[in-house]
Amino acid sequence: MRAFSYEKAASPAEAAAAAASDRDARFIAGGTNLLDLMKLQIEAPTHLIDVNGLGLDTIAPTTDGGLRIGALVRNTALAADERVRRDYAVLSRALLAGASGQLRNRATTAGNLLQRTRCPYFYDTAQPCNKRQPGSGCSAIDGFSRQLGVVGISDTCIATHPSDMAVAMRALDATVETVKPDRSTRSIPVADLHRLPGKTPHVETVLERGELITAVTLPKPAGGTQIYRKVRDRASYAFALISVAAIVQRDGSGRIALGGVAPKPWRVEKAEAELPRGAKAATEAILAGAKPTHDNAFKLPLVERTLGAVLTQARG
Amino acid sequence: MKFDKPATANPIDRLQVIGQPHDRIDGARKVTGTARYAYEQHDVVPNQAYGYVIGAGIAKGRIASIELDAARKAPGVLAIVTAKEAGNLKKGPRNTARLLAGPEVEHYHQAVALVVAESFEQARAAASLIKVEYAAAKGAFDLAAAKDRATKPEGDDPSLKDTHVGDFVDAFASAPVSLDETYTTPDESHAMMEPHATLAAWEGDRLTLWTANQMVAWGVTDMATTLGIPKQNIRIVSPFIGGGFGGKLFLRADVLLAALGARLAQRPVKVALTRPLMANNTTHRPATIQRIRLGATKEGKLTAIGHESWSGDLKGGGPEVAVQQTRLLYAGANRMTAMRLAELDLPEGNAMRAPGEAPGLMALEMAMDEMAEKLGMDPIAFRLLNDTQVDPEKPGRPFSMRRLDECFKLGAERFGWSRRSERVGQMREGNWLIGLGVATAFRNNLVMKSGARVSLDAEGIVTVETDMTDIGTGSYTIIGQTAAEMLGVDLEKVVVKLGDSAFPVSAGSGGQWGGNSSTAGVYAACVKLREAVAQKLGINSTEAVFAGGEVKAGNRSLPLKSAAEAGPLTGEDTIEYGDLDETHQQSTFGAHFVEVGVDAATAETRVRRMLAVCAAGRILNPKTARSQVIGAMTMGAGAALMEELAVDKRRGFFVNHDLAGYEVPVHADIPHQDVVFLDEADPMSSPMKAKGVGELGICGVGAAVANAIYNATGVRVRNYPITLDKLLPRMPEAA
Amino acid sequence: MPTPSELEMNRRDLMVIACACAAFSTTAAGARAQPAPVGKPVLSEVSFNVNGRIHKLELDTRTTLLDALREHLHLTGTKKGCDHGQCGACTVLVDGQRINSCLTLAIMNQGSEVTTVEGLGGVDDLHPMQAAFVKHDGFQCGYCTPGQICSAVAVLDEIKAGIPSHVSADLTGPMALTETEIRERMSGNICRCGAYSNIVEAITEVAGRRG
Repeated sequence: MRAFSYEKAASPAEAAAAAASDRDARFIAGGTNLLDLMKLQIEAPTHLIDVNGLGLDTIAPTTDGGLRIGALVRNTALAADERVRRDYAVLSRALLAGASGQLRNRATTAGNLLQRTRCPYFYDTAQPCNKRQPGSGCSAIDGFSRQLGVVGISDTCIATHPSDMAVAMRALDATVETVKPDRSTRSIPVADLHRLPGKTPHVETVLERGELITAVTLPKPAGGTQIYRKVRDRASYAFALISVAAIVQRDGSGRIALGGVAPKPWRVEKAEAELPRGAKAATEAILAGAKPTHDNAFKLPLVERTLGAVLTQARG
Repeated sequence: MKFDKPATANPIDRLQVIGQPHDRIDGARKVTGTARYAYEQHDVVPNQAYGYVIGAGIAKGRIASIELDAARKAPGVLAIVTAKEAGNLKKGPRNTARLLAGPEVEHYHQAVALVVAESFEQARAAASLIKVEYAAAKGAFDLAAAKDRATKPEGDDPSLKDTHVGDFVDAFASAPVSLDETYTTPDESHAMMEPHATLAAWEGDRLTLWTANQMVAWGVTDMATTLGIPKQNIRIVSPFIGGGFGGKLFLRADVLLAALGARLAQRPVKVALTRPLMANNTTHRPATIQRIRLGATKEGKLTAIGHESWSGDLKGGGPEVAVQQTRLLYAGANRMTAMRLAELDLPEGNAMRAPGEAPGLMALEMAMDEMAEKLGMDPIAFRLLNDTQVDPEKPGRPFSMRRLDECFKLGAERFGWSRRSERVGQMREGNWLIGLGVATAFRNNLVMKSGARVSLDAEGIVTVETDMTDIGTGSYTIIGQTAAEMLGVDLEKVVVKLGDSAFPVSAGSGGQWGGNSSTAGVYAACVKLREAVAQKLGINSTEAVFAGGEVKAGNRSLPLKSAAEAGPLTGEDTIEYGDLDETHQQSTFGAHFVEVGVDAATAETRVRRMLAVCAAGRILNPKTARSQVIGAMTMGAGAALMEELAVDKRRGFFVNHDLAGYEVPVHADIPHQDVVFLDEADPMSSPMKAKGVGELGICGVGAAVANAIYNATGVRVRNYPITLDKLLPRMPEAA
Repeated sequence: MPTPSELEMNRRDLMVIACACAAFSTTAAGARAQPAPVGKPVLSEVSFNVNGRIHKLELDTRTTLLDALREHLHLTGTKKGCDHGQCGACTVLVDGQRINSCLTLAIMNQGSEVTTVEGLGGVDDLHPMQAAFVKHDGFQCGYCTPGQICSAVAVLDEIKAGIPSHVSADLTGPMALTETEIRERMSGNICRCGAYSNIVEAITEVAGRRG
């Protein structure tokens, strides 16, 4: 870990401006992923901008009946919020399926969205990794890839996005609000926040240099039966092999987003028309074009079977 | 004291203190965080500096160059140790690979350098400035691919030899019912919670090491060899050890590098291995490929038992002795075992909790389950039909005690074994397919020479000193209980000092020999102290009864402490063993019962109930012994369901080298665990009449989980761990 | 727990130091120390209350709360098992919430109240949770134990506060105090010795006593 200077930002806009002025600056919120990576020299900032204490830690109703979640709302607080529990159960469930009680107490909403892959080769600085060191190659494609992606991947990177929360937010059609260094703000659908790796797997989001997430807004409640099903080897405190976020309506229509299969929360809206035809048809449509490795080909039948169980459960 | 005849009645038999479920005497220190581990000795020497270890980035080859200048100039850096600075180092006989690479690299993350700095942050930062260029060489990393090249293990150790009894080939070929299957177990990591850590301080040519080591005397010897200095110049202090499981049996890089760093920096230096370094830098349990062949009569009598195992290790290493239990566990006239060792360039394989039996029984006990099904027999009935009271290879050699049948019978009743459906896939609760499984637990009882010194002062305080270690096993407590029983005092009157090479050499902690052997050593020293007390008080020591803080003989009764009025009395002795372990096979036994649920859709397996019934000689402390067993059952559940060091067969290393990637069981994976000990005392084992119990619990439990999964699903997976991806292709349609 | 006289003394200390700190943070606000080109450590002052006592430290900004406790305050009850948030051995309570102290910088905890295992109770005055761990043998090697105990204390508070968990059948109702809930909520604390079954018994007993 390189030495770094540290400042507590005074406002979101000033934080963004400070970050833009220094290529080696990073925002720090919960720190649960950034410090992990800094200790391994995977992230090596020389300046940290602490965005805790900017008042971004509240959850408030929006005028159109949705919820605006401050970027710094902790995972525990978000999962436990009464409105979230009542109206956005899939989000509460996804959060509670992730990490541990200790981590959720510090991890933030924005930090969770921006956490980086858990690909073991990304984590080992002696190994080639196009995401960590552009152009060095991908060790995972022909290596140990059991946890890694099957869809949306490229021949330079098969890493997955590890978040549970983001999968639920994708199903909920959440929107990310940001402030840029020039103080302008914008809204980005969660669907568009993360980029697919293509030839530039190190560029993970559409955020510009210095751009700070200030909130995530949820549209008005989608209703239906909301389920988050996470599949993993051990019963808790483990990243997903796959996960399914589902919002299923009485008429059989619904929304499905998947975790653990792609470089971003994976949802194919068109495929949702297949839901009434069952899990097999829906899975084929959602995972169309999947290119699994030998190690992770099981994820395809696993998604189908899990989705089948989720749909059965949702339809009572 | 020489123990060469079966034990007769002795003061231990009173069981006033020993044998009782006392709370740990070090418990309050552990729960308040005041027990000090190796890296936490802030007050023992001033001016401690911090070391940070860099591991090799290739599996095999040579260091072409190391660029140290930038790191040397980094703030706070005091010294950098590489092979060049280290000078001429030898290798201790218990290490396979050297602890410091250069120029050759023998395995991934083999230590390449140590940076010593004023602070941990500075040492870590400077370490990132060191640039190492390697010339990588081709290596062998795939056990399956190397299997056909594997050879007979070298050396004279009889336990490594091929064995043949009767005519296995003919008996197997002619058996009416037979099984020939191959099973695999993966590389596993000890993953103890405390990383390997050492504080090293030189005073002239004398070196003190505060470290985490299970075998203090081995550490001293091997360090002396490695550095080429006299043994008496080295002191190892290891009072608390944050888990070992075999991973801290041997001298590791933290110890050597702390010592070298301290010598170069001329400051005390402390070093802890970082977690991501541990899996590849230290030892692991090697993977195995095991072929088992069983032949039986239609009635279920085994007539042929064959077990072969292939494993790999670095050049000069040894095999995982996965066949050893098969030589002893079941009767059968015709038998063979063989091990083959492939030379691999993966990190060093070595002992992990129940080396041999743990992976061996994962295979054998699954095979027994499969064979029972072929025979149409209940798996317990099949095992008991082939039970034996003698060494099957040498029928004239009996087991000292063997009550496996009672373990199964009691366990079956307690667990509700009769509720198990003989047909697979029959029990269901909601989305869960339910299955029950059993397996035999079997682990040999090893006895080791062990010494102790016990003294009595004028206050009546008894102090025990031995270099024995407590790695969570409860050594402090059972040693205290032993001394209290022998001298007739309350446990509160006993002070136990462990883990210091200044104390008499003990058995150390390994191979489940520590509890029985180290307390037997304390027993021997207490006998000496009793003689000294009796002599001082003018009492015939054979008549003396030590009880209630008094020494009684005939009508006389004197306070124990009065013997030490003129000065402390000390007894020191070492227990040594004759050939009782040769005339009699000493082993520990148990029956594991497991109930699992397998998710009908996802094939996720969760353990719902666990019971172990154990017959392991006298239980010195039922509370801590039970903890040993449940802990081993937990590790065994991990081995069955999730634990696997994933090998990158191109680059030659364990990829998932941290606690996020290498999953071990968490709270949510483990249900309430039930343990029953049969009431027994084995006079062949030691004056304590105890046997080991620390490893018995892991032996067989993985197979019990596997057999339960089969019972639930009808899917037989012979490649551990049994993860959902292996079950899915053959799972029943999820309804 | 601290004795009453210690508490009084601590309160006085706290007032004095709190004033000094306020002055420090005013002068420090907005100032941004530059790292030297070779990465010279950036030092920063931080003060927090640990186990009822205010500590003011000048630390390398890179120092985690865990290392501040262990290496600077010599409160080594809090353990370093992985240093990456993967084991829970470093669990402490910060402002009443359990966190992994390895994944937060000390300087991010300015003004916080930190409780470590040493603050729960000492050898002669064990906290009920510590006593229950001893009674039920909820540990073996002891290395994960302080983290388990800090976590256990917080888990009971979280259940009482109605915070749901992954295994809560109903997200909206009051949270049940079941063994299943305890196991899920404790899953961020790994015990390789495998004392889980005993730990759950210890926590259940303390929970029952609390009513």
